[in-house]
Amino acid sequence: MLFRKPKYATIPLPKKKIETPEGLWIKCDECGELIYKKDWHASQMVCPECNYHARLGAKERLQLIMDEGVEEFNQGIKSVDFLGFIDSKSYSQRLEDAQKKTGFLDAIITVKGSIQGYRVVAGILCFDFMGGSMGSVMGEKIALAVNECIKENVPLVIFCASGGARMQEGTMSLMQMAKTSASIARLSEAGIPYISVLTHPTTGGVTASFATLADIIIAEPKVLICFAGPRVIEQTIGQKLPEGFQRSEFLLKHGLLDMIVPRKEMKDTLGNILKMLYY
Amino acid sequence: MITGSLPFETPIDELEERINSLSTVSSEKTKEEARQLQKEYEELIQRIFSSLTPWQKTQLARHIRRPCILDYIPRIFDEFIELHGDRLIGDDRAIITGMARLNDETVFIIAHQKGKDTPTNIACNFGMPNPEGYRKAARIMRLAERFKKPILTFIDTPGAYPGIEAEEKGQGEAIARNLFILSGLKTPVIATVIGEGGSGGALAIGVADKVLMLENAVYSVISPEGCAAILWKDRSRTEEAAATLHLTAKDLLELQIIDEIIPEPAGGAHRNYDEAAQKIKKVITRHLNKLKNIDIPALLEKRYEKYQKMGKFIVE
Repeated sequence: MLFRKPKYATIPLPKKKIETPEGLWIKCDECGELIYKKDWHASQMVCPECNYHARLGAKERLQLIMDEGVEEFNQGIKSVDFLGFIDSKSYSQRLEDAQKKTGFLDAIITVKGSIQGYRVVAGILCFDFMGGSMGSVMGEKIALAVNECIKENVPLVIFCASGGARMQEGTMSLMQMAKTSASIARLSEAGIPYISVLTHPTTGGVTASFATLADIIIAEPKVLICFAGPRVIEQTIGQKLPEGFQRSEFLLKHGLLDMIVPRKEMKDTLGNILKMLYY
Repeated sequence: MITGSLPFETPIDELEERINSLSTVSSEKTKEEARQLQKEYEELIQRIFSSLTPWQKTQLARHIRRPCILDYIPRIFDEFIELHGDRLIGDDRAIITGMARLNDETVFIIAHQKGKDTPTNIACNFGMPNPEGYRKAARIMRLAERFKKPILTFIDTPGAYPGIEAEEKGQGEAIARNLFILSGLKTPVIATVIGEGGSGGALAIGVADKVLMLENAVYSVISPEGCAAILWKDRSRTEEAAATLHLTAKDLLELQIIDEIIPEPAGGAHRNYDEAAQKIKKVITRHLNKLKNIDIPALLEKRYEKYQKMGKFIVE
């Protein structure tokens, strides 16, 4: 019988509303636990329940890692839509939207400052800006950061978070992989250390250039780190990927990272490495 | 029907078949007809090939009959000794490496190998290297540097292989390391895109003093199909994506990403392997003769400057 009358009726219960006044509670993306916002910030956006490291904005990252007195440089370098690239939106429009959303001109900021008293030049990728994609601006700012390191004889630290090369700049974005790798090679030749910190997610053209060329490679826990993304691989091989594939712990096991460091220990660890390696 | 004939090539191929069938008859009348058809054939090629779209060029770059590196090696070089293996894991057949003689001088070759039919395609994984392929290439780069021999690379890949094992072995690092090595390698390097230049998997053997490209080759950060799927969420917009990506040799010369376009035989490299090979040989030889005369520190500085200049941005 297809249309049997149900013997019972479903009475919608009034949903018990959990009290979440705007801005007071945060829900963990991973385990769904509600966390008091003050605790969430105190734990540096790491879930106290499941240790999930939520994405940190570039400015928050700076505050967390660098000592006081940070100086941004080359902040005026801006992308241009030299191909007239239009998909569902024009590239110019995408840039404008991203600039409004993030307050940055492009997907990286470079700064001079110190970590635990040790001088560094640091680059912080901003995933909120067009997925942290690498175009001409990122290439140029990394190249200039390396020049600064060589001139001032200070180590380089880059915090990566990127979806890869920026399609809207066509093959020119691919060339930024060559440009940044050539810069890192010069830094290496000059005998100056370079530490990269891989944060969620680090993929594509960034993984296949400066992110994996560091003298010491650190990742936060559970970060997605890959060249080809999981969806592309699943489509290619036609099967589901194993749990934890391409995450920090997986890469450590396969010998592709030096260490996994939780966010709350990152600053101390970086300070120690800088001291032991160079200062 | 000729194998792998592209839709826009069909009239050319049909005419070619008619000319071929006439060549078996040797009367004066048919000879005259053949001459007439030959003329028509050349005009037809000229007409079709003078206005190819970026997507049509992409199809030509991937043409099943397009010559691949194993077709070019015997036609360009006098001798070739293949060298195998990365000394770590295995021997990736998607990248062929070895030593060859060009105009009585030794050069090292690093090239993608795609294959031309199902068995050869499978044997070399459709030209999609795994990390061991890039690490074999890295070993050969160092070898060439040690013995002060120039390197010629030939690019023809849909991209680096996106697979489980490739990721486990560090595909990203393997590519990055080659960019790092090539940017400072103390020997002249010439890269030639002969077919498809598929993203990081192509660039990994493409950082060079001179980057050359065959007329109908393409070189892109992502395939037009991939771009359409990601940006438009619509695979049917592939043609539009090909145009938007600016992936043709002409586009890339204008952007100064490549240094020279090598012309192809009329109707594409697949219509005359010998002629295509001779054209490549001529251009490579000219560049190599110039690069050989530059001392290594100056060569490295020029290579470095060339890549440092790449990028378009404004400074506020």
